[in-house]
Amino acid sequence: MKSFKNHLSLIVALLSILFSIQTFIIVDRAIDAYKEKLVGNYSLVIVSQKRVDKKDFLQNNSLVINIDELSPDIVIKRLNSGISSKNIKLLKLSLPKFYKLKLEHYPSPLEINNLTHKLLRDKSIIKVETFSKSHDTTYKLLLLFKTVITVFALSVGLVTILLISKELKIWQFKHNERMSIMGLFGAPTWLRSAVLFRLAVVDALIATVMGFVLFTYISYSEWINEEFSSIGIDVLIYDKVTDFGVMLLVSLSLSTLLASFIVLGHKEEV
Amino acid sequence: MDKVIVADNLSLSYSKNETIINKVNFSVNSGTFVFITGASGSGKSTLLKSLYGALKPDSGSLIVAGVELNGVTKSKLNLLRRHTGIVFQDYKLVKEWNIEKNIMLPLIIGGYDSAVTKNQVDSLLKHVRLKHQSGKYPQELSGGEQQRVAMARALSHNPVLILADEPTGNLDDYSAGLIWNLLEGANEQLKSTVIVVTHHIPETMNVAYKHFHIEYGSINEVV
Repeated sequence: MKSFKNHLSLIVALLSILFSIQTFIIVDRAIDAYKEKLVGNYSLVIVSQKRVDKKDFLQNNSLVINIDELSPDIVIKRLNSGISSKNIKLLKLSLPKFYKLKLEHYPSPLEINNLTHKLLRDKSIIKVETFSKSHDTTYKLLLLFKTVITVFALSVGLVTILLISKELKIWQFKHNERMSIMGLFGAPTWLRSAVLFRLAVVDALIATVMGFVLFTYISYSEWINEEFSSIGIDVLIYDKVTDFGVMLLVSLSLSTLLASFIVLGHKEEV
Repeated sequence: MDKVIVADNLSLSYSKNETIINKVNFSVNSGTFVFITGASGSGKSTLLKSLYGALKPDSGSLIVAGVELNGVTKSKLNLLRRHTGIVFQDYKLVKEWNIEKNIMLPLIIGGYDSAVTKNQVDSLLKHVRLKHQSGKYPQELSGGEQQRVAMARALSHNPVLILADEPTGNLDDYSAGLIWNLLEGANEQLKSTVIVVTHHIPETMNVAYKHFHIEYGSINEVV
């Protein structure tokens, strides 16, 4: 029972670190998916006095992936009454050209600003409409959400590292005696610390498997999937290969690091 | 006869200001049974610690089983300890292992075959009259029983050198008798060199022995 408790304290500590890392990964993926969705609905409008060469324009502006000319017909229709078709043709020719720009990704306010300045350096472009007010609000909300989750993950990580350091002292006390006795009978360092590393690896594996079960359950949870569907995004909550690999790597690294500290901190008994 | 221990101008101390063993010279032949006596605090246990490399010589030379312990490397020291059986005053049993595994320790370290290990441990458990308690943990045994386990562990790998620090201190006559029998047996049958630090030499010893006495930092053979 006592031994189980000793295992449990490290397993819980490792599991909470894995939980915070995976939560961060999920939020990051959700934000990326949401940005992807936003970029599909977001575009800039430029007004140019001259016709824009699509190929040159796309070559010069890597952030822009498509440029479409907007038809002036809707505007002209409003002025239609009392104007002859000849004058409408002339009006069409004298009107500036309107273009809608599709971007490669959802831009940051800085990227939008840089793009606007770059576009306005072209004398023929007289206006760039970025719809910055609504764009900035959405972007800042996303950033705020990501920051909150990062702070949350870091706090959990910090508290867990403190827990692990406390655990380290208990382990050090517990294992020092056995390691000293083994040393007195000529056991090499690897053999003295073998039990410790075996425990560390077993605990890391248990924590990873528990994390795997937990997040597999969450990824199939109707409630979670409904929440993501309600904001119109499809997020991979738990990749059974990559995420499991990350979890295994993190928990093995942490627990073997803990065991290494104990081995390095071990003092020979005189 | 080969010498297992050779001390030449050996000095030992725990701090610079307090020399416990001061420039002593002595040697022990292979297969000898040796008692080291002396008053409390005279340096008996200190000398014994130096013989298994837990205390480095301040000066002089100390050669044990052909290994110079002054400036010995970790790997050479480990090798020496693998051929030495040590009985500690405070037993030094691993609390989280049962007594069977405790006795196995030197055999595990020595990389012995599991069948050999099992036979040897069974035989020793019978010798120390603890066969019926093999699954118990040290804290479940009395002091005398723990000392018998420590003795069995020290003998399990048939060491060339056995070092025992007060092996019968605080033991009842029955347990003390078992311990002396085992040490005599190891000396007679296995030809192990036995060094015992004690306050009192038992009145009835079945083997010939040498007696060194430590006083005021020097060591003298009592003839």
